[in-house]
Amino acid sequence: MIRFESATKQYPDGTLAVDALDLVAPSGQITVLVGPSGCGKTTSLRMINRMIDATSGRILLDDQDVASVDPARLRRGIGYVIQHAGLFPHRTIIDNIASVPLMLGRSKKEARAGAMELLERVGLDPRFAQRYPAQLSGGQQQRVGVARALAADPPVMLMDEPFSAVDPVVREQLQDEFLRLQSDLGKTIVFVTHDIDEAIKLGDQVAVLRVGGRLAQMATPAELLSNPVDDFVANFVGRDRGYRALGFESVTALPLESEPTVSLDSSFTAAEKAAVDGWVLVLDGERRPQGWLAVADGPSATGDTISTATLRRGGTVAERDGTYRAVLDAALSSPTGRGVIVGPDGTFAGTINASRVVALIEARAEAPR
Amino acid sequence: MTSMTSTSSSPWHFFGYFLDHRSQDLSWLWTHAWLSVVPVIIGLLIALPLGWLSRRYGWLYPPMVSITGLLYTIPSIALFVLVPPLLGLSSLNPVQVPIALTVYSVALLVRVVADGLASVPDEVNQAATAIGYGGVRRLFAVELPIAVPVIAAGLRVATVSNVSMVAIAGTIGMSNLGQLFQLGKDLSTPTAYYPPIVLGIVLCVLLALVLDGLIILLTRVLTPWRRAVPSR
Ligand SMILES: Nc1ncnc2c1ncn2[C@@H]1O[C@H](COP(=O)(O)OP(=O)(O)OP(=O)(O)O)[C@@H](O)[C@H]1O
Ligand SMILES: [Mg+2]
Repeated sequence: MIRFESATKQYPDGTLAVDALDLVAPSGQITVLVGPSGCGKTTSLRMINRMIDATSGRILLDDQDVASVDPARLRRGIGYVIQHAGLFPHRTIIDNIASVPLMLGRSKKEARAGAMELLERVGLDPRFAQRYPAQLSGGQQQRVGVARALAADPPVMLMDEPFSAVDPVVREQLQDEFLRLQSDLGKTIVFVTHDIDEAIKLGDQVAVLRVGGRLAQMATPAELLSNPVDDFVANFVGRDRGYRALGFESVTALPLESEPTVSLDSSFTAAEKAAVDGWVLVLDGERRPQGWLAVADGPSATGDTISTATLRRGGTVAERDGTYRAVLDAALSSPTGRGVIVGPDGTFAGTINASRVVALIEARAEAPR
Repeated sequence: MTSMTSTSSSPWHFFGYFLDHRSQDLSWLWTHAWLSVVPVIIGLLIALPLGWLSRRYGWLYPPMVSITGLLYTIPSIALFVLVPPLLGLSSLNPVQVPIALTVYSVALLVRVVADGLASVPDEVNQAATAIGYGGVRRLFAVELPIAVPVIAAGLRVATVSNVSMVAIAGTIGMSNLGQLFQLGKDLSTPTAYYPPIVLGIVLCVLLALVLDGLIILLTRVLTPWRRAVPSR
């Protein structure tokens, strides 16, 4: 457990970066610090491993004041991941990961064996081991950064905007893997981001800071969305918070409609016959949805077959036991208004339209919770 | 047609001249090489802490660079002559030239070391600190290895310029390739006699090329990571 007790940091130039912060980051959980740029997130994080020393107040790590521990020793027991990974360009990937174990005096062989294991654990191909950081993409480097922080198996991890320098698709991937990893490892994590969506997705609890390093609200993501404590938090959490709150509740017993479908190799004529309101859903050989065919679009140029090129593929697909948000989005994004729902194995289960989903949401809101 | 002898005064007969005075020339070449290299090594050892300090304490950098830079403006011949009286050595003392050249090497390398350390990306330094590298450990394990390319470039300049400055020391009587120029000058009265002068130039250039090549080679060995081609 990490406990800030009116921790304050005033820089020599007078800037009050963190002002009497009281905060507890419980063991085995992800605590996210979020807030606008310059609100003191990085400063708070670095006070934990003493890269920055608090000017007053204390920070306790498992009831021990960090100020009483030698900084280098303290840091070897705390994993740290920074924005651009900060890998050592002169060391191979495997040796980057093995840095801390080697510093702690483990044998080279043991350290490398552990590093190999971690490499796979963070989802990287073992053949990357002998490469240098410059030979990896940004997302891959970030994974190595996470592996390096984990190498000595520290109970505590500090992460400063670790995923913000990669593109949105990779970021989402890294976030998902990070959550999966954390569910295995159960580290005590303090995670800094300025992206409220990331905070809500990753945090077990989220601390919203305002400029000047003051804590505005500390709450679970669902609580933050449904019950922001003041205008600042409400504005920061964002306008569509009602919609996003739906992302925290899973649907139950979704009333699905059946939907005529055709497979990718059938003829356009067959599709035309099956279509409802001029649309038919096309599945692949394993019954996974591929897209909607609009009869009005006509057959493909090459003849009387269905071509993937003419399918409308814009709609999202939700899982049958997904969140209200995913199901509603499937309905709203479907060109036919009929949201495509799949089973856990990705095979087509049925459709549902937006008004049905909204009715479900309203029914749930009326029921006492 | 006259036979080619080493007594020909054509500049192109430097090779014949070399063959005739081989052992003397080789011994000069050898001393010249040592005099060029050793001051750079000692200079680097002195410049490392100074460069580190002026990087660590930012306010030190401007004065450090100006002062060491000023040293460079002292003409080498003056420094050679001044070192013995300043340090209470006898004139033509064998350490007089290395000391003077070490001063020049330090002057050049302090800035090089500081700039080399500055070339280490900030996030790399932060990451190193964050995972528990203390000051000196970080310097040797992370900063210096990454600064090698910049420092090596400075070493090349220092070494090559030393080769030419050692020759100047030869003209005040120190035993090295510079003697060939003195000799050429002495032998050029009453008629011009070029072979020793040309030989001196050729050997200096060759020496500089070889030393430069060695540093390049050493740098390559120390920086396998730089040859790794970025994947994108
Ligand atoms: N070394 C320093 N000297 C003086 N002021 C500083 C220093 N470092 C940070 N600050 C100031 O302290 C405040 C908090 O900085 P901090 O880096 O903690 O913000 P942050 O929340 O991490 O911001 P960002 O999201 O932009 O990374 C800012 O106003 C910043 O300008
Ligand atoms: Mg920051």
